[in-house]
Amino acid sequence: MNSTILQTATRYLLPMLLVISVVVLFQGHNLPGGGFIAGLIGSSGLALHGMAFGPKATREALRINPATVMGAGLAVALGSGLYAVVMGLPLLTGVWFSFEVPGLKSIKVGTPVFFDIGVYLVVLGVVMSIVLSLLEE
Amino acid sequence: MLLALVISGFALAPIAPMLQRAMPKRAGYLVALLPLTIAVLLGLTAAGVVELDGASGASAAVEDAGAAGRAVATSRPWIPGLGVDIAFRLDGLGLLMSMLVSGIGALIFVYAAGYLKGHRHLGRLYAFLLMFMASMLGVVLADNLILLFVFWELTSISSYLLIGFDHTQEKSRKSALQALLVTGLGGLAILAGAIMLGGVAGTMTISELVDHRDAIQGHALFPAIVVLMLLGACTKSAQFPFHFWLPNAMAAPTPVSAYLHSSTMVKAGVYLIARLSPVLGGAAIWNDVLTWVGGVTMLVGAWMAFRQTVMKPLLAYSTVSALGTLVMALGVGTTKAVEAAMVFLLAHAFYKGTLFMVAGAIDHETGEKDVSKLSGLRRSMPVLFVATLAASLSMAGLPPFVGFVAKELMLKGLIPDSAKGTGSEALTAMLVVSAALGVAVAIRFGIRPFLGAVKPTPIEPHEPPRPMLLGPVLLALLGVLAVVLPGYLALPLVGPAASAVLNAPARPDMALWHGVNAALLLSVLAVAAGVVLYLAQTAVLRIGEPIARAMDRIGPLRAYDGLLWSLLAFSRLQTRTLQTGNLREYIFYTIGTTVIAIGAPLVMREGLVSLPDLSDVRDYEMGLFALLLAGAGYVSVAKNRLAAIGGLGLVGYGIAIAFVLFGAPDLALTQLCIETLMVVLMVLVFYMLPDFRSISNGAQRVRDLFVALSLGAAMFFLVLMAGQSTPDLAVTTFYGQKSVPEAYGRNVVNVILVDFRALDTLGEITVLVVAAVGVYALMKTKPGGMGKPVAGREGGR
Repeated sequence: MNSTILQTATRYLLPMLLVISVVVLFQGHNLPGGGFIAGLIGSSGLALHGMAFGPKATREALRINPATVMGAGLAVALGSGLYAVVMGLPLLTGVWFSFEVPGLKSIKVGTPVFFDIGVYLVVLGVVMSIVLSLLEE
Repeated sequence: MLLALVISGFALAPIAPMLQRAMPKRAGYLVALLPLTIAVLLGLTAAGVVELDGASGASAAVEDAGAAGRAVATSRPWIPGLGVDIAFRLDGLGLLMSMLVSGIGALIFVYAAGYLKGHRHLGRLYAFLLMFMASMLGVVLADNLILLFVFWELTSISSYLLIGFDHTQEKSRKSALQALLVTGLGGLAILAGAIMLGGVAGTMTISELVDHRDAIQGHALFPAIVVLMLLGACTKSAQFPFHFWLPNAMAAPTPVSAYLHSSTMVKAGVYLIARLSPVLGGAAIWNDVLTWVGGVTMLVGAWMAFRQTVMKPLLAYSTVSALGTLVMALGVGTTKAVEAAMVFLLAHAFYKGTLFMVAGAIDHETGEKDVSKLSGLRRSMPVLFVATLAASLSMAGLPPFVGFVAKELMLKGLIPDSAKGTGSEALTAMLVVSAALGVAVAIRFGIRPFLGAVKPTPIEPHEPPRPMLLGPVLLALLGVLAVVLPGYLALPLVGPAASAVLNAPARPDMALWHGVNAALLLSVLAVAAGVVLYLAQTAVLRIGEPIARAMDRIGPLRAYDGLLWSLLAFSRLQTRTLQTGNLREYIFYTIGTTVIAIGAPLVMREGLVSLPDLSDVRDYEMGLFALLLAGAGYVSVAKNRLAAIGGLGLVGYGIAIAFVLFGAPDLALTQLCIETLMVVLMVLVFYMLPDFRSISNGAQRVRDLFVALSLGAAMFFLVLMAGQSTPDLAVTTFYGQKSVPEAYGRNVVNVILVDFRALDTLGEITVLVVAAVGVYALMKTKPGGMGKPVAGREGGR
């Protein structure tokens, strides 16, 4: 597919979709969203890129092999669960920390956030690995 | 500390291959330091010099009133809800077994360093052996039924890896699988038995079971518990009719045979019987089954050993016979018989360990496996000859070796005593016959090949290297020292062990001379008969051959092969029927099963659900569902693929809108994303798909319509029913209330996904990754690349 319209649109759509996906990922804890949805949004943006510019260009733009992203996501999710084990709690117990940032309210960060990031990466990696191998056929 | 002793082997196992690569010459000796350290620590603990877990002195228990009253123990919860603890306990029986496992283990590592010198996978062998050693220590030290089961299965797995060590040989792989299946089956029986036993007794802690002895023996499940436990023990300890896997396990390298299949793992079954004797013993079913299974195994093993001339099978059958003797003695269960069993266990470990290592050494240095083709070896390997002679005489039951003492004790335990009403003529006769066969086997294996004129062998015979001599010489020496200095070596091990089995103080009498009595006379008779059997072996074998042939034809091995064959045939049959490779049939089976699973309970309910009041359904909702129906209908009649995709998209997005209307924004978002991605994927594969055409005839289309409609109907009624039943809101309320205060999130759906039920999500994303790997493999495999076996898979690398 070599469509100027698609390519031009992708140049604007891809960054937007990626930003949205990250927003959806982090807002997921309180508003609709989360790692799974965010991963799907992000990967549909990347799939668009793949269709507009070809899988080779997408792989070069990604730099990282989708399989690696997949594995890293699984590792992050598992790691976030293992942290509780190290602390002597049952596997996957949410552990929360709060930071005082000057000028802002205190920010709470917990292992479930990292777990969700892991889910996000897995979904991104899985979809991209399927889409790219289909595109390369 | 006990935990650390058990775990250390598992910890060292992955490092061993690296160690071997870094120091090819010394790795074996370094690895041997671990079992040596364990043995020394255990020994010092037993002697009361060192304290483990705040206690010491399992041996002191001989004098204590209760058996092993001050046992070293440690416990920490593992799965508290099920009563499963990581509990270890060192009592007399555990001490005897763990000393054998670690002590002989140390010698085996040194021996293996010589035997497999320069082998490219020597490091791997060390790793497997360490895994096995740790598992075996776990079995004999575990104080929790489930923990024991876990280690039991680990010994089966490490044994599988060790028998199949020479994995390029088909025979090795087959034998490994056979051993795994037989002992694994037994392991499952133990799991079932352990769960029942724990349930009946109300505790999974082995050392507490004895307190509930009467409750257990009076329970309706008692016979089932006994049968299951004995099934496990008899498969592991190669009792008739499960003995066939042991001779086949000789496909393992000799150090493995010497370690697992003579002195340690095969005794796990005997250990389990001994361990449970105080709890399950005393009941007729337990004692009778054990006595006769053991007795038959003893005779069959002795006879089969007598038939062999190839070294390792000969020793394997002789081991089967010895295991039978042990089981029989434990079945008899009197003080004398149990004492005899413990002494015999030690004696057998010493002499059989020696003889296996000798068999490996002879094979290694002469290239000959058949004893009938060996002669005059005493000149070329004098040191090995002395060790072999000592072990063989111990096996034959001659003084001053520990084998003699063991056999005397065994006879005394079996000879009928009219005053006490113990013993049995039949068992005594069986023991004498098997002892006589054992004498003949000992002469053939341990004496004849070394005497006479030198016969040529494939390799010019010479004394084995020192690492391979250390094990046999030391073990043979121990076989003498155990009798000469019983107070230092044998009694501190054997006494507490017998006490633990009997649950009463015991002190075996290990003196060599008791004057002329019935046991001594029978012993002399057995030796004389053994010599005669050896001299007349050709004639005796000719008489027995038809029986042996018949055994081969209808024997247990045939039954095993038959069972395995039918299992495979069944698998093939159901693969042919269910896994046809036709997508429509898969969908048919999947939907059909779902309809039955949902529909059956719905139909069996009293009366059908009533239709709800439809008056508050809004018009636009009606419109949405009409659209959905139209989309679904359109897909089924679409004339080209693009139209069908369009129809499916309509259904998908329509459902997303329905989610929005009914207040599930997360689901709606996901549905929208999925639908979009589906379109993308469809576009990608569009040109690769075959022509869009109808491939089913009229009748099939009617069937498909029926299947589709029945799924729709099943789901319809399920949803209706779900809406009308009063839901238990406990879970919903719990998540709603805890979401903000405990998980700091207001989106309950997401909090459930990443916090409350994160383990489910972890499982799901793992499945996702596996699926992606599968898709990748499918995409990258060119047609014709799969299906035919990968070259070199059968022949090894």
